[in-house]
Amino acid sequence: MKTNKLLLGMTSVLTALSLNAQAADSIKIGFLTTLSGPASAPGIDQSDAFKLALKQLGGKLGGLPAEMISVDDQFSPDAAKQGADRLLRRDKVDVLTGVIYSNVLLAVTPAAIANKTIVLSSNAGPASIAGKDCSPYFFSVSWQNDAPHEAGGKYMLDKGYKRVAVIAPNYPAGKDAATGFKRFYKNELAIEMYPKLGQLDFAAEIAQLRAANVDAIYYFLPGGMGVNFTKQYSASGMDPKIVRVFQGYDADQQMLTVGDLINGIVNTGQWSSDMDNEANKLFVSEFTKTYGRVPSTYASQAWDAAYLLDAAVRNVGGKIEDREAFIAAIKEAKGFKSVRGDFKFARNHFPIQNQYARVVTKMPDGKYLNKMVGPVLKDHSDAYIGECAMK
Amino acid sequence: MGILLLEQTLNGLQFSVTLFLIAAGLTLVFGVMNFVNLAHGSLFMVGAYFAAWFAGVFGSFWLGLLCALPATALVGLVIEVLVLRRLYAKDHMVHVLATFALILIFNDLVRIVWGPLPLPLDLPTGLAGAINLGPVPYSSFRLVIMLSGVLVGLLLWFLVTRTRIGMWVRAGANNREMAIAMGVNVKWLYTAVFTFGTVLSALAGVMLGPFVAVESGMGDGVLILAFVVVVIGGIGSVLGAAAGALIVGVVDTLGRTALPALLSALLPPTIATSLGSALGSMMIYLVMVLVLFWRPSGLFPANT
Repeated sequence: MKTNKLLLGMTSVLTALSLNAQAADSIKIGFLTTLSGPASAPGIDQSDAFKLALKQLGGKLGGLPAEMISVDDQFSPDAAKQGADRLLRRDKVDVLTGVIYSNVLLAVTPAAIANKTIVLSSNAGPASIAGKDCSPYFFSVSWQNDAPHEAGGKYMLDKGYKRVAVIAPNYPAGKDAATGFKRFYKNELAIEMYPKLGQLDFAAEIAQLRAANVDAIYYFLPGGMGVNFTKQYSASGMDPKIVRVFQGYDADQQMLTVGDLINGIVNTGQWSSDMDNEANKLFVSEFTKTYGRVPSTYASQAWDAAYLLDAAVRNVGGKIEDREAFIAAIKEAKGFKSVRGDFKFARNHFPIQNQYARVVTKMPDGKYLNKMVGPVLKDHSDAYIGECAMK
Repeated sequence: MGILLLEQTLNGLQFSVTLFLIAAGLTLVFGVMNFVNLAHGSLFMVGAYFAAWFAGVFGSFWLGLLCALPATALVGLVIEVLVLRRLYAKDHMVHVLATFALILIFNDLVRIVWGPLPLPLDLPTGLAGAINLGPVPYSSFRLVIMLSGVLVGLLLWFLVTRTRIGMWVRAGANNREMAIAMGVNVKWLYTAVFTFGTVLSALAGVMLGPFVAVESGMGDGVLILAFVVVVIGGIGSVLGAAAGALIVGVVDTLGRTALPALLSALLPPTIATSLGSALGSMMIYLVMVLVLFWRPSGLFPANT
């Protein structure tokens, strides 16, 4: 008798649990990003933007109440794996997003895909996932890693610079940057330099640039290195006629802190805060109003991630547990209003989009802003799509 | 080519003096107090932050420098009295753990106080450009950095060899027990040495601030360079720090510029570039290994 009662109790608990699972009445977003340590500025920007987008959407994505569960990956693939494990197994998130760095993304993606959880990259776009390791469960709402460098190469080629230098740190993403640049800048380079990651003093590199008699310099020096190089270059007495171009991830906020030293410098990227569309105007005004700073490209990508999910959930009528339909809806991106304007995915689930030249401009109020110049590459996909077996 | 080599040698010397400036405080604390201070880079960062902040408030780099040094000294004093003082008797591993914790705390603290973006810190007016040294233009502020490094070296030499405090410091470094037995108040000597070491790190941070990004984590890479210099030169020796800085600065600069050029004469350009940059990044560590192989306690060990 006692056993029967126990069984009855257990059954009712289980029924209640399964009933709860069937009614997909909410969507859980695992937001795994870098929130602490020196490399956390982009992650904090994305987290801020995603929260703001959710608020703007009334706390819902496509009509489903949305729950955002944030985890700090501490810029460490190991910590990220543990965090992702918790999000996948304990919190059972439907979508994993927010990852900034390629090494972190590569560490957590396989487990998420094996768990049939959708990975929506809001920043990193490593070559392998765009190519041979592409997966139906993986989407990038941002860009393939080479794209801004390809645009830099195309820009230099179009402008007809003859003696071009490339500087990038001596680590995988630095080499990829140079490869991407050279894919579009077909002429021989005057000089290429690979200083070590995090280098402090660039006096030796600047002396070499002078000796090589360059007319244009492309530099990919992420984080503080770019600021270091810019400050030291400006004090070195180099010919001001020499053109400098760099990839623009840091150009919306971080690089602007050097002020006048960067005025008039061209940089590349897929978005600009002054793009003329309704979605972007809403994003820029809300972000600036809420956080008191101009949003970065990183922030624009996280905002887009939320709005892409909003459109896709709505298009499947909230039935996100039907993964195939949900994936198809994300791929189609119908009704998704990107801050970049029109948006579509290529068959490897990376965007087909324009890459623009932007220029740092001094505004009438004395502040600096990164402003649109125009497209450099139009409807640009990536170089790795050929290796992706997905249709 | 000759001019370039000359310029690069000058760059190497300039980098050496910068390194000396960075390493001086570390070697002093390490040598006298036998204390492994990983937070040295954090104090470098705090110095730069204070300078940027004060310079922003007063609109002058020099006032920023003047205010940043005592402000950072106060921070150093507080962490010495509150935290580090309890750890001197403990194992080196405890020093490493505790000061590593300080690195993490300071990195997030500056972000909480000053925000995630780098603080602007401009070169002082009049020194923002370059002056001509013979055929090449050279940044005038780099020459000021060199001058300040040389002055710090002279000051240290004078303090350590010509003053009573210096005598205590040398006594403490050579034989701590004997120094205590002879009536040196080691407790307050340590506080003074640590605070002075903090001022030196802060000075390095302020002087480099206009040339680097004043941001959270800026001291982490600096710390590694400082340790390489101190280990090569011999722990606790000011002369050693100078020699270590000279070797590291010149080897690093010539390594990363001359090596790729040298290799490209022998190998195809793509291989020469990647091999040259890889070797160039490694050079100072190779030198450190060699020095440690022949002289395990560095070139000028203080405690012999």
